[in-house]
Amino acid sequence: MHAFGQILKIEARLYLRDLPTLLSTVGVPTLILVVLGLIPALRKPDPLFDGQSFVVYFAPSLLVITLAMAGLNALPTVLATYRERGVLRRLATTPASPAALLAAQLVITLSAILASAVLLVLVARLAFGVPLPRHPFGFAAAFVLGTAALLALGLLVAAVARTTRAAQALAVPLFLLTMFFGGVYLPRFLLPDFLVRVGDYTPPGVQALLDTWTGTAPQPLHLLTMAVVAVAAGSLAARLFRWE
Amino acid sequence: MPVIEVTNLHKRYGDLVAVDDVSFTVSAGEIFGVLGPNGAGKTTTVECLAGLRVPDGGGVSVLGLDPRRDATRLRQRLGVQLQESQLPDRLRVAEALELYASFYPEPADPARLIDELGLGDKRNTPYKKLSGGQKQRLSVALALVGNPEVAILDELTTGLDPQARRDTWGLIERIRDRGVTIVLVTHFMEEAERLCDRVAVIDSGRVVALDTPAGLVSRVAPTQRVRFRPSAPLDDQLLTDLPEVSEVTRTGSQVVVTGTGELLHAVTAVLARNQIVAADLRLEQSTLDDAFVELTGHRPAD
Repeated sequence: MHAFGQILKIEARLYLRDLPTLLSTVGVPTLILVVLGLIPALRKPDPLFDGQSFVVYFAPSLLVITLAMAGLNALPTVLATYRERGVLRRLATTPASPAALLAAQLVITLSAILASAVLLVLVARLAFGVPLPRHPFGFAAAFVLGTAALLALGLLVAAVARTTRAAQALAVPLFLLTMFFGGVYLPRFLLPDFLVRVGDYTPPGVQALLDTWTGTAPQPLHLLTMAVVAVAAGSLAARLFRWE
Repeated sequence: MPVIEVTNLHKRYGDLVAVDDVSFTVSAGEIFGVLGPNGAGKTTTVECLAGLRVPDGGGVSVLGLDPRRDATRLRQRLGVQLQESQLPDRLRVAEALELYASFYPEPADPARLIDELGLGDKRNTPYKKLSGGQKQRLSVALALVGNPEVAILDELTTGLDPQARRDTWGLIERIRDRGVTIVLVTHFMEEAERLCDRVAVIDSGRVVALDTPAGLVSRVAPTQRVRFRPSAPLDDQLLTDLPEVSEVTRTGSQVVVTGTGELLHAVTAVLARNQIVAADLRLEQSTLDDAFVELTGHRPAD
């Protein structure tokens, strides 16, 4: 436990020193929100978005950026790099376990995601009057399960990729698909209905985030899909993960 | 009781036999060399000692412990420096040592270790910015920060410049003087000759010789070579007639006389009698290099 605390402290410091990753994970979604929010037309309610403004409609997609950056980009890259460079192997020769390093990385990733989400929700509320999630429990459930599903996919990438390069080769397509189906590249109302339906079930499940943010209860099937992905990818990753 | 005991160690990766049959013991306070050509099974052997790999056959015991079964207890008393094992780019020297120190029940003082290894002015330097020699010294420091009783050092000086290599050797001797038993994997003959009390030469997964460096050298035919440049034309016959001489060759203006016994004396006496002065006179004797070639049939790396 002592070793885990020390590793967590050091890994957190290393994370904070990596400014580009920190900014793109925690800062960029809120930055985009601010840019969009400054355009008055996008703050007006519109029947196209069920009477919501575009900013409200788009906010869950901004969360997708954070989740994809942290879970599918940063996490697998760091873990694959640590394995490739023998950091995990070296740790295996000490009384500390490499599992402690893995756990520390998960804690840091979750903290970054949480910080980014809180920042986004608060800035949206304070600067642009976007209401706080109206179905808080549903939102929490959708957020937690969506995060778990994406992190599990990230861990699966880290488990099967032998090198940093391989991890990125696997993670980049997943990252792009996640962003696309999460409505980041093209807002979802511009996508054909079929692709929007696919996006409902693609981690992290942007529709469940939107539903619960605007006050509807999440659809059980959306949440269940995320849970299934999280458990399936997570247990597969646990089985395939190699320390060296 | 020996500190390390390896008996009939066998390890394969699929069809590839990495270690066929290796046995040796290491006594307390010894610097024990594991020598061999690339792919001979040196690293796999020490990885079994460190508990990183499970042997397919034979037994390994370190400090009376089984590296797999008693892994937790052994790791507190064993320091391991792995080949090609790096650290995160942004981790600073002092942070790395303090972190690793925190893993052990009775660690060395990280600040003192940093000074001892000549990294005092690099305390706050990120790993990425260290030179090859500095990275290597940091790696050695990490293996020692837990105050281990046994240290395994794999390819310690590979990639270091000659000065850094000599500095590292001095360091190893100081560590031994503290009573640490050291297993040193190397393919540098000079390193083994300088540091090791005993050496196991491993080839194709087997121990082909186990002796002191001097003992290994004495096993090969004790040939000597005398090299010089004669001040006047010299008839080879004068030399080949000597009973000590087995061969005379010439490279450019240089004469190389190979033979046994009092070769140098016999050659200089003949030259003196013929009023020839031998310029750049050198006597070469068999080294661990020669022993290595004879034992394994490979040229050692240089």
